[in-house]
Amino acid sequence: MNRLHRWPVRVASLLAALAVWHLVTAADLRFWVRFDRFPGPVDVVTEFGRQVEQGRYWQDIAQSLVRILTGFVLAAVLGVALGVATARSRWAGDVLQPLFEVARPIPAIALVPVAILLFPANEQGIVFITFAAAFFPVLVSTRHAVKALPVVWEDAVRTLGGGRWGVLLRVVLPGVLPGVFGGLSIGMGVAWICVISAEMISGDFGVGYRTWQAYTIVDYPGVLVGMATIGLLGWFTSASVELAGRRLTRWLPREGERT
Amino acid sequence: MSGLSLRAERVTLGYGGRPAVRGLDLDVAAGELLVVLGPSGCGKSTLLRAFAGLLPAMSGRVLADGEPITGPSADRALMFQDDALLPWRTARRNVELALALRRVPRGRRRAEAERWLARVGLGDDAGRLPRELSGGMRQRVQLARTLAAGPRAILMDEPFGALDAQTRASMQRLLLDVLADAPATVVFVTHDVDEALLLGHRVVVLGRDRPAGVAAEFDGAASRDELLAALGAGDPVKDDALKDDALKDDALKGEPLKGEPLKGDVLKEAV
Ligand SMILES: Nc1ncnc2c1ncn2[C@@H]1O[C@H](COP(=O)(O)OP(=O)(O)O)[C@@H](O)[C@H]1O
Ligand SMILES: [Mg+2]
Repeated sequence: MNRLHRWPVRVASLLAALAVWHLVTAADLRFWVRFDRFPGPVDVVTEFGRQVEQGRYWQDIAQSLVRILTGFVLAAVLGVALGVATARSRWAGDVLQPLFEVARPIPAIALVPVAILLFPANEQGIVFITFAAAFFPVLVSTRHAVKALPVVWEDAVRTLGGGRWGVLLRVVLPGVLPGVFGGLSIGMGVAWICVISAEMISGDFGVGYRTWQAYTIVDYPGVLVGMATIGLLGWFTSASVELAGRRLTRWLPREGERT
Repeated sequence: MSGLSLRAERVTLGYGGRPAVRGLDLDVAAGELLVVLGPSGCGKSTLLRAFAGLLPAMSGRVLADGEPITGPSADRALMFQDDALLPWRTARRNVELALALRRVPRGRRRAEAERWLARVGLGDDAGRLPRELSGGMRQRVQLARTLAAGPRAILMDEPFGALDAQTRASMQRLLLDVLADAPATVVFVTHDVDEALLLGHRVVVLGRDRPAGVAAEFDGAASRDELLAALGAGDPVKDDALKDDALKDDALKGEPLKGEPLKGDVLKEAV
């Protein structure tokens, strides 16, 4: 089947899910799971329409985006830099690797108390948690990508007169990009989980905070609008990372032409 | 700039403490074109890696112009047996890499890279990525990159193995042309006896015994039969060992053909 023929199927699948949702909520269905108080798609769309006309909705989005992008960019830069350093320098590996191994199993969201103690402002704490979440996937995938580089690329640059920095710039950094982007995709996913959770726990604005707020005042359509917003933002940011990754690694063999 | 002289003094080379080449003595005079012949696995690539400065000797010394080789240098370019192009760079940008590392000014790199690609017959493929080129085309890009580095010693590891007979002949001719313009020392590894006869001022045959040393050495006047005999000599399990070797083809081709030994010098003049 070609691409065009697959779109109707995909759209139909989404529409069918919406229809089922509408039916079970309209019928106030209760069989162990209870839909009697659950908002239907019409309620949610109405609430959504109401919210997008308010400045507050967009401010919350902007706030959450600033937090996640700050944490994510810090994690990307430091994750790649330290991943390369620990993989290429024995000294850096000996100093840093034990610290990372100890810190890595701690879920970033468990750092909330630490963040509250450490940082003067809430804002920095949330960014810190987001950073911690995205950092380790980037670090680990970068390390593995560096270790997996074919030695012959490095040897080629060295025999052409490249030194340590030449190799780093011309072989290591471009060569690890496919692996790094794997880590960035995962990092973006966990960064959203953590920024939303942190906002729910300790925020005073942002999409996560607003969603939790709606729950505490029994505004269920508001909760679902918040969730849908988070979903859309997550999808948009992940797609951006994917797209950037594909653009920067065009040289990889494509599907169907692998040798 | 003239060629570097290279020298191995009782050198033992290997990996992880296991020698692959043991106690080798070899002299390559400045400007000489030395062909190293030998069955696969005898340590030809290992020897080139040592001359390139990528593999330190386990014992003995490796020298360039009388100085111990301690690491790689642009003076000694290695054309790898494996695919050593950077896959994210186009053919042209791969050649430019050699120029950039030689500190050729940015503005001149592109034209010069394209000139080298044209010389290896890839003028129209400059913008293509390695994955869009055939194995033989990639070898020619690597040849262009190696020559563009302007080395004083060129270490070539079965450089024309993936080429068809016609392209191979034209690349051999190109190499000799380039050497006529810019004299350099060449260590040329091959398992093709005819190529050895065609190119070499001198042919060294590495032994089949593992770990290997020089089994035989010929000056420019070696004959095909002599080389074939040297490749097979001193080998108690000759037929078995030849079985999975590219050498087998050459050996079979050679035997019924030649009554009169061909002189290497004669062939060289014919090119
Ligand atoms: N990177 C390596 N690690 C361990 N052993 C190696 C490595 N490269 C080559 N060898 C071994 O060294 C010997 C010589 O190999 P090589 O120099 O590649 O032979 P040739 O180029 O003549 O075919 C072989 O026995 C091979 O298995
Ligand atoms: Mg080899």
